[in-house]
Amino acid sequence: MPLVEVRGLVKEFTRPRWLWRRDVPVRAVDGVSFVVEEGETFGLVGESGSGKTTTGRCVLRLIEPTSGEIRFRGEDVRACSRQRLRELRRHMQIVFQDPFASLNPRLRARTIVEEPLTIHKIGTREERRARVAELFRVVGLDPAHLERYPHEFSGGQRQRIGLARALALHPSLVVADEPVSALDVSVQAQVVNLLLDLQQQLKLTYLFIAHDLRLVEHVCTRVAVMYRGRIVEMAPTAALFDQPRHPYTRALLSAIPVPDPEAPRLRIEFDASAVNLKTPLGEVSPGHFAAL
Amino acid sequence: MSQPVITQPDALLEVQRLTTAFDVAEGSLLAVDDVSFGVRRSETLGLVGESGSGKSVTALSIMRLVQPPGRVTRGAIIFKGRNLLALAEREMQRIRGAEIALILQEPMTALNPVFTIGDQIAETLLVHGRATRARARARAVDLLAAVRIPQPERRVRDYPHQLSGGMRQRALIAMALACRPSLVIADEPTTALDVTIQAQIMDLLMEMKREFDLSLLLITHDLGVVAGAADRVAVMYAGRIVEMGPARAIFRAPLHPYTRGLLASIPGQAPGRRLRAIEGTVPSLTALPKGCAFGPRCPDRVPACETEPPAATVAGPDREVRCYRRQPGHP
Repeated sequence: MPLVEVRGLVKEFTRPRWLWRRDVPVRAVDGVSFVVEEGETFGLVGESGSGKTTTGRCVLRLIEPTSGEIRFRGEDVRACSRQRLRELRRHMQIVFQDPFASLNPRLRARTIVEEPLTIHKIGTREERRARVAELFRVVGLDPAHLERYPHEFSGGQRQRIGLARALALHPSLVVADEPVSALDVSVQAQVVNLLLDLQQQLKLTYLFIAHDLRLVEHVCTRVAVMYRGRIVEMAPTAALFDQPRHPYTRALLSAIPVPDPEAPRLRIEFDASAVNLKTPLGEVSPGHFAAL
Repeated sequence: MSQPVITQPDALLEVQRLTTAFDVAEGSLLAVDDVSFGVRRSETLGLVGESGSGKSVTALSIMRLVQPPGRVTRGAIIFKGRNLLALAEREMQRIRGAEIALILQEPMTALNPVFTIGDQIAETLLVHGRATRARARARAVDLLAAVRIPQPERRVRDYPHQLSGGMRQRALIAMALACRPSLVIADEPTTALDVTIQAQIMDLLMEMKREFDLSLLLITHDLGVVAGAADRVAVMYAGRIVEMGPARAIFRAPLHPYTRGLLASIPGQAPGRRLRAIEGTVPSLTALPKGCAFGPRCPDRVPACETEPPAATVAGPDREVRCYRRQPGHP
């Protein structure tokens, strides 16, 4: 059984009424389906407005989908009661992009990491303290800094705090929404290594949301390319990068800046009017799907 | 200030021993520390560094736009034979925007939201006396067409919020080109943009560079962007240039351990494997190590690294590096 199954996910946002204009619903996510297998890193890649972040948040029901089906270990997430959803959330956690905005500046690092344990009433006070110190070590932070506030940490360290908090409840799924894009290149590499190490040690499954294709190629086992709320191509990472089939994927890959001055640069432009966005995904080779 | 000497006859801009300090409670912090480089005619020099490396302050120092508590404390900036640091503010105003143009990262903040794109381009032309009011609007349309904005006659009447991010960056480039500058400083010109738009803007910049015979100082943290555009590359770390040379040479055979670390940090080269990350973090300017600023993070450090910052040494044709391991007599 896959860890996560998403079928026909739709999320509409309505723009607030303004003077005489009527509400026009905007489809941020428009019929997205995919499965995430246990232990893999499934990448959702796309440009701004593609719906990748909205998809990630719908999976955790941090925002309510308009329609569609989400299953976690076979259980219908959308049909869950509030109580059951709370229990489920222990197993699915999120790491946000901005380590500056996603941590409460008034709380000490210890409290931020301990909060999920407190909310779920796990362990005694002493046990929780020990667990927080352990989590600090797991993510490569010095437990001597437990009493510090977020602003006393660097961007990379803050992202580690966010990760420690996400891992506090032993989740099996971590939705990582642009987890390193706010970080400097050298620090980014450290956090990428940490994510890879943790996955091995803790048998984590990642739903990895990113716009950086080089990063996605590096960490993901399978990738779905999103464009205007839809998945236009989905394949094992190597297949997607070696043999992209959809014109949008081709354009996207050709736009990646290559850190080699002597590499040939062949830019492929994407003509949105030449493709029908309503085309469903079809299997073009085993495990490789494209909306052609 | 000592009388500067132009060391490169083909240099359009020559930055010599530039030092820019910020006077804060902790003392005088050197955001740019003894930085020297030249931008030659028709070349693109890529200035690469992470946040806090001093690359943006270098750009602002050249434009003489450093705001207090920051100030240039030493050095010379020779542009077409004149030291910009010695000019009166009135003379500098004639150069700023006209002979040297600056393109910033965030197009929404660089544009004034209450004026149309056309007004803002016309303004640049009028301020520098490059066009009459009657002609300025027509020139603005030409410039928007030059940066490949579709329907320029219509777009010239648009306000910034009516344009997409990519179109706004094109409008900014048009504004930068309005007075036909010889040098354009582009500070992270594509960082806020999506990857396909980034590619288009970089293509456009390169095209404009050829068409207008510009010299380009391209400031970025993205080694991929630099590789695709720069003739030469200077790598900055904690306020100093640690390595400089032809782009090919820097990417093929980086000499400074920091440059090597940066290149190894780029994901995608060996998917699924741990990256060879640089340990530690960029030092705070308030707590710079006594010796080489990269020393504490350096895998190759030797005892000399802790003594004082290494001097720049010549390391091959057109190359220099600041590293004790590259100095004569060191292993």
